Parts: sequence; structure tokens; C-alpha cells
Amino acid sequence: MTDKHLSTQFDAELSMISNRVLEMGGLVESQVAQAVYSLVNFSAETAAQVLHQEERVNQMEVEIDRDLFGIIARRQPTAIDLRLLIAVSKAIANLERAGDEAARIARTVQRLIDSGMSSRLRAPVGDLQFAADMSIAQLRKALDAFARLDTVRALEVLQQDDQIDQEFDGLLRKLITYMMEDPRTISTAIDLIFVAKAIERVGDHAKNLSEATIYVVKGTDVRHVSVAAVADVVR
Amino acid sequence: MDAKTLLPETEKAKLTVRDLNFYYGNFLALKKINLDIPERKVTAFIGPSGCGKSTLLRTFNRMFELYPDQRAEGQILLDGEDMLSRKLDVSLVRAKIGMVFQKPTPFPMSIYDNIAFGVRLFEDLPRAEMDERVEWALKKAALWNEAKDKLGQSGSGLSGGQQQRLCIARGIAIKPEVLLLDEPCSALDPISTGKIEELIHELKSDYTVVIVTHNMQQAARCSDYTAYMYLGDLVEFGPTGELFMKPKKKDTEDYITGRFG
Repeated sequence: MTDKHLSTQFDAELSMISNRVLEMGGLVESQVAQAVYSLVNFSAETAAQVLHQEERVNQMEVEIDRDLFGIIARRQPTAIDLRLLIAVSKAIANLERAGDEAARIARTVQRLIDSGMSSRLRAPVGDLQFAADMSIAQLRKALDAFARLDTVRALEVLQQDDQIDQEFDGLLRKLITYMMEDPRTISTAIDLIFVAKAIERVGDHAKNLSEATIYVVKGTDVRHVSVAAVADVVR
Repeated sequence: MDAKTLLPETEKAKLTVRDLNFYYGNFLALKKINLDIPERKVTAFIGPSGCGKSTLLRTFNRMFELYPDQRAEGQILLDGEDMLSRKLDVSLVRAKIGMVFQKPTPFPMSIYDNIAFGVRLFEDLPRAEMDERVEWALKKAALWNEAKDKLGQSGSGLSGGQQQRLCIARGIAIKPEVLLLDEPCSALDPISTGKIEELIHELKSDYTVVIVTHNMQQAARCSDYTAYMYLGDLVEFGPTGELFMKPKKKDTEDYITGRFG
């Protein structure tokens, strides 16, 4: 945060809640990475871990929200403090949804393994891994930008979101080709389309988090505006 | 002329302050203030103690003229007429620009006479019309239900919050155009404060209200425009929502977020 408040307790509360968001972000980041690992390696055990972590992430969202309401009620924050707390509220909602996407992937992996499809799968898991690495890197960068209130880094996340979208389109084309070549892969391919979509959504949540960071610092709402226009705001 | 003090085009300026300097003896307490107060809106002045917000309020109805070593330079125009002009009788200024103070100041007389007193200075009303005026003012000030059965009793027998509403009733009974409130709630409990704030909201349909307050949340709650002052300067002026969500000046942000040291 910027300069100190007259109330050191208020400073402590704000920094505590920001740290909790980062802690939650770290948890979600590893959840997504594990979900993708479980897919690439057909690990039922890792998939189960992801689903177990889901409860922890949900719990953190509820706890941070509760602390947030407490600070708003007692401190009646204004200006940058108010924007930060509103951004925290949006950030945790996005992180929780990113965690949901990880859980969705883990459940798909469990289903694939249970149905015995895994061995027959001639799937582009390498491409999925690549897209997932991009999404995870975006999420990490967005959290880093939030922690430092670094708008330049947040802007980078917005600028790179297109690449994940392109990757998703490429995956979709590839899976459609598989389905046309061998209709027996249709059911699995559809599952993988949902996995690819989940990975792409994680990137979107990273983008939303970055928009919230820019809002905190600049006080300008940059949702639904072009990346070029956001770049003008950041400059 | 500084663009930051101008109103959006949708607002009409009721009071126009131009290049206003104010001196306590040799001490310059207000430095070249330029400001437009919008008509039928609530404008709040905020800032730390000694920033000049009460001083500015007191220049509007020449309250400072009670003290010989205090003087104002510049212009304060009410619908274009200079309130600081020596040619204008000060009691006429105060009939147009009423004021309510920090501590409730009921006159040592009945509730009825507290309100009728000011009216009698300007108008010679028959008894029935005066009764109507007193009732109207008490209703406007949301005090009628509590006071209607004891109009003959002393005003000082009322509670603090009721006394303050009596002062507001007294202020509006002479039908001013502008109502100045100098920290009207600082001596009141939260419930009385809530009633006064509700009243301020009601009053702006008829009057231009200017309020000085130490309570930032109060400014945020009940004003349409806010001016932040510091050391005799007008630092920032703008719509209250904008000023509290995204102030333009770092100094304003530091003050409203409690980073002011």
C-alpha cells in the first residue's frame, strides 16, 4: 500500500486481507497446476487432491469476505482504500471460480479414468499442458501485479490474454479433427473440449484480477474496454 | 479563475465566490477562493481544523462583521448580487442567507416566539398567518409532532436534537434562499444526527444548503458536492461521489483516507 494511515491498526487490517488474497491465489494456482498434472498423467490420486483443496479455497473465500465486511463496517473506507477492498471482493470471487475450473478438470479426469477411456485416448494432452502453463503463468502474474499494485504488469496480463484464446481455438480445431477421423473418440474429445475451456477460463479470471488491480491504482473501471484504451489509462 | 471550482453545466450557481481573501487582523485565513455553490443542492466543506471552512461559511452572511479586525476582500454573489457590498444592509443579507450554529442556540423564550421573533423583523403578519408560518416552519424542520402541544413552553426545555431542529425551523421561518449549517450535528447523538441529516435532504428541494462538518461520513452521506480545504486554500471541489471514490488530488485522498499526518 501507499503511505501509512494515522491508524496503524487499519494498515494492519488492509495488509492482512491483501496477504490472505495472495495466499488464496497461491492455493488456486497450485490447484490448477495439479489438475492439469492429473490429466496429463491420468493420476486419480492427484485429481482427488485437487477436489480436496477445493473445500479449502471455498472456505478461504468465505473467511476473506467476512473480514472484508468487518473492515467496511468499522472503517468506512474511502478512495483508494475503498477501491482496494472492492477489488479484494472481486479478486476472491474470480479466484474461487478459477478453483472451480480446476475441480472441473479433476472431475473429468476421474470420469475418464473410471470409464477406462484413458488407455484408448489419443488426445492432444501436450497442447493442453501448453495452454495450461500459459494460463497458470497469467494467474501468477496477475497475483503478483495485485500484490505490488503494479499496473504495468497487470496490463501485460490483459495484452497476453489473446494468446490463450488463440491456443483454445487451435485445440478446438484439433479435437474436431480427431472426432471426424474416429467417431469413437467423440465422447472423450467433448470432455477435453470442456477441459480446454476450463483452462481458458482460468486465463479470463487472471484478466479480471488484473483489471481490478488497475481499478485500485487508477480509479478507472477498465472492464469491457479495448486493451489499447487500458494502456492509455495505465500510462 | 480556476477550472476545478466550476460546476457542471447542469447546475445553476446560487452563490458565486470570486477571488475571496479573508483576514483575521494581518493573518490571511482564506486565500483567493473561487467557488460556485449550486442551487438547491447540499454542498459540504470538509478539512482539518483551522483550514478555513467555517471562516468561509461565515463570510457568506457577513457574520464576521461582528468583529472589527476581521475583513473580507473579493466577491460573494447571490444570484449576481454582491453580498459583501457595503451598500447592502447586513440584516437583509442574513434574511436571504440563514445560519445554524454548532451548539443549539434557542432564544430564552417560548418555542412559538423563537420562530416568530425573526419573522416579525421582516414581516408584519396577522396572528392567524403567523400561526401558520410557525406550524409550517416546525413541520419543515420535522419538529411539529413533538412540539405542537407545547408551543408556549420554553425552547430550552427541548432536547439537544430538538433544540437544533428548532434553530433550523427559526432559520427557515423567514424563508431564506440559502441555509448555512456550521457543524449542526457535532453536539448531537446519532439518532438526532440522523434526523437532522434526513431534514437536510428534505430542505434541499427548497433551499441551497451549505454545511461545514468535521464528520467526513456525514459529508459523504448528505451532500451533493464537497469542497476540501486546507490552510486557507480550496484544494478540491467536485461531486461528492467522485471526491470520495476517486479524488483528483493526492492531498484530498490522504485526508479522506486518514493518511493525513
